[in-house]
Amino acid sequence: MPIPLLVPALLGLAFLLLPLIALLVRAPWRSLPEQLTSAEVWEALRLSLVCATAATGLSLVVGVPLAWLLARTRFPGRGFVRALVTLPLVLPPVVGGVALLLAFGRNGVIGQWLDSWFGITLPFTTTGVVLAETFVAMPFLVISVEGTLRAADPRYEEAATTLGASRFTAFRRVTLPLIAPGIAAGAVLAWARALGEFGATITFAGNFPGRTQTMPLAVYLALQNDPAAAIALSLVLLAVSIAVLAALRDRWMTAS
Amino acid sequence: MTDLDGTTTGVRTEGLDAHLVVDRGTFRLDVTLTAAPGDVVALLGPNGAGKTTALRALAGLTPLTSGHLRLDGTPLDATPPESRPVGVVFQDYLLFPHLTALDNVAFGPRCRGAGKAEARAQAAEWLDRMGLADHAGAKPRRLSGGQAQRVAVARALATRPRLLLLDEPLAALDARTRLEVRAQLRRHLAEFEAVAVLVTHDPLDAMVLADRLVVVEHGHVVQEGTPSHIARHPRTDYIARLVGLNLYQGRAEGHTVRLDSGPAITTTEELSGPAFVAFPPGAVTLYRERPTGSSARNLWRCEVAGLETHGDQIRADLTGELPLTADLTTVAAAELDLHPGAAVWATVKATQTHAYPA
Repeated sequence: MPIPLLVPALLGLAFLLLPLIALLVRAPWRSLPEQLTSAEVWEALRLSLVCATAATGLSLVVGVPLAWLLARTRFPGRGFVRALVTLPLVLPPVVGGVALLLAFGRNGVIGQWLDSWFGITLPFTTTGVVLAETFVAMPFLVISVEGTLRAADPRYEEAATTLGASRFTAFRRVTLPLIAPGIAAGAVLAWARALGEFGATITFAGNFPGRTQTMPLAVYLALQNDPAAAIALSLVLLAVSIAVLAALRDRWMTAS
Repeated sequence: MTDLDGTTTGVRTEGLDAHLVVDRGTFRLDVTLTAAPGDVVALLGPNGAGKTTALRALAGLTPLTSGHLRLDGTPLDATPPESRPVGVVFQDYLLFPHLTALDNVAFGPRCRGAGKAEARAQAAEWLDRMGLADHAGAKPRRLSGGQAQRVAVARALATRPRLLLLDEPLAALDARTRLEVRAQLRRHLAEFEAVAVLVTHDPLDAMVLADRLVVVEHGHVVQEGTPSHIARHPRTDYIARLVGLNLYQGRAEGHTVRLDSGPAITTTEELSGPAFVAFPPGAVTLYRERPTGSSARNLWRCEVAGLETHGDQIRADLTGELPLTADLTTVAAAELDLHPGAAVWATVKATQTHAYPA
């Protein structure tokens, strides 16, 4: 094995692993049970799980049809639409938060109407957390599902059509079950991304314990007053990440 | 009645009446197909001839550029595929992999309005008829090729179509299964009361399964008729090769057909005007020296271009005055010391030839 490749490779690996090892080494193992059972931790964890799950649900409801549109229909500007859909993948989340404020804030382009017509306020609410997380996480789902749809044989839909199925029935009864693994993988990915979302959430929804303070926000806050609590919370998120990786292992780890 | 392309046609009130025109870039499909209920028509042709395009147009999966399509007197040109009384058996069957054989067959009746229990009862009946009652609960990947083919046929028939389309129904099967499934399919097609159209590039499948062949080349119908008629009177090189005949075109005058390329062939039939002459490769006799005692009137100087084994015989490809293929026994080939480039004399008895008007 050539040394000029081996050395940087091992350095890179060490760089990725060391912080995680440090987290485990410095973890307050003895006081951990206590830390994790405090009301604040549970509050933040519960809120994180609820919001990430709601954001994933929202992404599924609108993201799967969007993926279908991108994969199975032809319309002018389709490439441009796909680029727009993937923009949040590369956009700094803080910018996403600012943009959400400008759209759905009290004086936002749409927000002012929501406020004056329906009395709905989105920023700095739990719903706002869900929206911020959906904005950042949905592209992961759309890209994953679109890829699966492209790989799926569209002739199954044709076969369903010749049996009397409308296009929607063909999608619901044939395509959807066929691409279910891709949808599940995309959902897990989106869920993990939503769970870790920080920038857009704190910008659009703020940092109110019990209402908008999710785990990543709690970690950031705790690091300033109570580092031991921050480490404990980080361990929980690390455990969740490893669980996600385990859930997706068949899809990615065996790809080599 | 005037159709889209301006031709006037009589209306067939029963069965299939189609003029399919599909433009796809540089390729144009333009075929006319008619069939009565109970007919089994085979579209036979080489790959890329447009057979599958014709089938897709009949199913509504590919739109017609012009022409018309009527089934039992009802125009279907503008009807979407899900509303056509048409069943399709796809080449690789396309059984839904997540559904059992039973639910695959029940899919059509369900979509056409039957309740769940009713659809399943109908599906069970179809599977039973196909001899697959024991495999109702199996997913497609657990079925053998022959079983999957029968499920696909059952699924297509379960919607009670007035037109059944089969795309290369036996192509995905190995040789042994094919023999067995071909016989079963023939029985099911014979029982089918509406029109069946099948697409194949295999002449044997076409001749066994269909009452009538429509030969398509380059998007056009080049010949149609009963299998036995087409086998004896091929009109293109493609068909002649398929049925294993040497085929020539020329002008007949009495017992002689003079070919456009020069040589003449003596035949037993008496004809005049444009004509075809065909004879099987087995009718050709080869000599290394010009035969003196032979009574054959048809004698040509040729050269061996290639040799290959063909069953237990040797098939020789000859060029020269008259390009032809000849079959001879291995012993004869050895005695003649045949090899590519060898000069030979080929004869054919007039009684072994068959001439017919072009």
